[in-house]
Amino acid sequence: MKLAKQTEVLVGVFMAIGLLALFFLAMKVSNLGTINTGDSYRILARFDNIGSLKAKAPVTMAGVEIGRVVEIGFDKERFQAIVGMDVYANYDQIPEDTYAKILTAGLLGEQYIGLDPGGSDEVLKDGGEIEITQSALVLEEVIGQFIFSKAQEGDK
Amino acid sequence: MTEALAKLGRFGIDSVRHLGRASILLLRILTSMGEVLRRPRLLVEQLFSVGVLTVLIIAVSGMFVGMVLSLQGYYILSQFAAEATLGVMVAASLVRELGPVVTALLFAGRAGSALTAEIGLMKATEQLSGLEMMAVNPVRRVLTPRFLAGFISMPLLAALFSALGIVGGWFVGVGLLGVDDGAWWGQMQARIDWNEDLVNGVIKSLVFGFVCVWIAIFQGYNSVPTSAGVSGATTRTVVHSSLAVLALDFALTALMFD
Repeated sequence: MKLAKQTEVLVGVFMAIGLLALFFLAMKVSNLGTINTGDSYRILARFDNIGSLKAKAPVTMAGVEIGRVVEIGFDKERFQAIVGMDVYANYDQIPEDTYAKILTAGLLGEQYIGLDPGGSDEVLKDGGEIEITQSALVLEEVIGQFIFSKAQEGDK
Repeated sequence: MTEALAKLGRFGIDSVRHLGRASILLLRILTSMGEVLRRPRLLVEQLFSVGVLTVLIIAVSGMFVGMVLSLQGYYILSQFAAEATLGVMVAASLVRELGPVVTALLFAGRAGSALTAEIGLMKATEQLSGLEMMAVNPVRRVLTPRFLAGFISMPLLAALFSALGIVGGWFVGVGLLGVDDGAWWGQMQARIDWNEDLVNGVIKSLVFGFVCVWIAIFQGYNSVPTSAGVSGATTRTVVHSSLAVLALDFALTALMFD
């Protein structure tokens, strides 16, 4: 009977260790610990070019994550990309004339959306749209412009 | 010519017959699940021999796999000055692939072979027939608790493997090679997705656990009741389980991560 008790305890320890490992993976390794599951509201922005922006990319203001990109669509009348992002509900003081731009983390890192606050007293509501946007930096275009301007300098 | 065709035909018929018998056995095991839940004592005993006794090998190998990954990843990543992503690399490869797969391979070798040998020997020494003589259903009494124990143990062991691998990788990467501690955990949390990476890894280990114990129990139950038969069945358990795990891993990866 003593032995059986010991077996039970060891099995209990085993299960506890396994579940603890799962918990560790969930909270410390994956984004479950940092994920914001609270309320959020949706805002839209149109970009001429989103580069390689993907759904789930962070939306930041002053470098702090305040939301996530949830959907990316295409406006077939204006030939622009529509980006829908969920901003966490506690950041509900974003001015209407906020400036949205697509930035890159590091030189070759992931792309994300950076918001620069405007000065308007009106704030963005659920379903609101950011009017002023700046497209993603596409490396080929930048290099192309650089070569073009160099060539023009040479003509002078 | 006809001889060759007959050989092929026999192979086909044998394969289908094996598959059918394995499926019937699985069905019998699954239908007697309720019985085991009413007598958890049987399950606890099996959890001990299948799960607890496998912890040591899983823990040690997980630790070393993580350490090697970290060392090897650092060698490549440092050439691009991208050591900060070392944590992501170690965690992603462990959680998605190496954790479930290596755990399943070790599990097949440590626990699966033991299951087959035990059940095969029970059959060879006519203990299973003895149970039947006493009106005890051997599937219910012997096989089902073992099946359930393996199925429960596998995801826990895989999680332990991944967790210790990440700790081992952290020890080498941050402790010995000087990767930044904040970058290690921060980048990891930013890039490893709960749903996409972790849950899929757990699903993988559930599937592998199911297949591994199924193969082990079937091989034991179906073995030729001689010493050579049991030894052959044990070998087949390890070979078939490993092949099944690797092939299924490819299929699951292709399905889950696009």
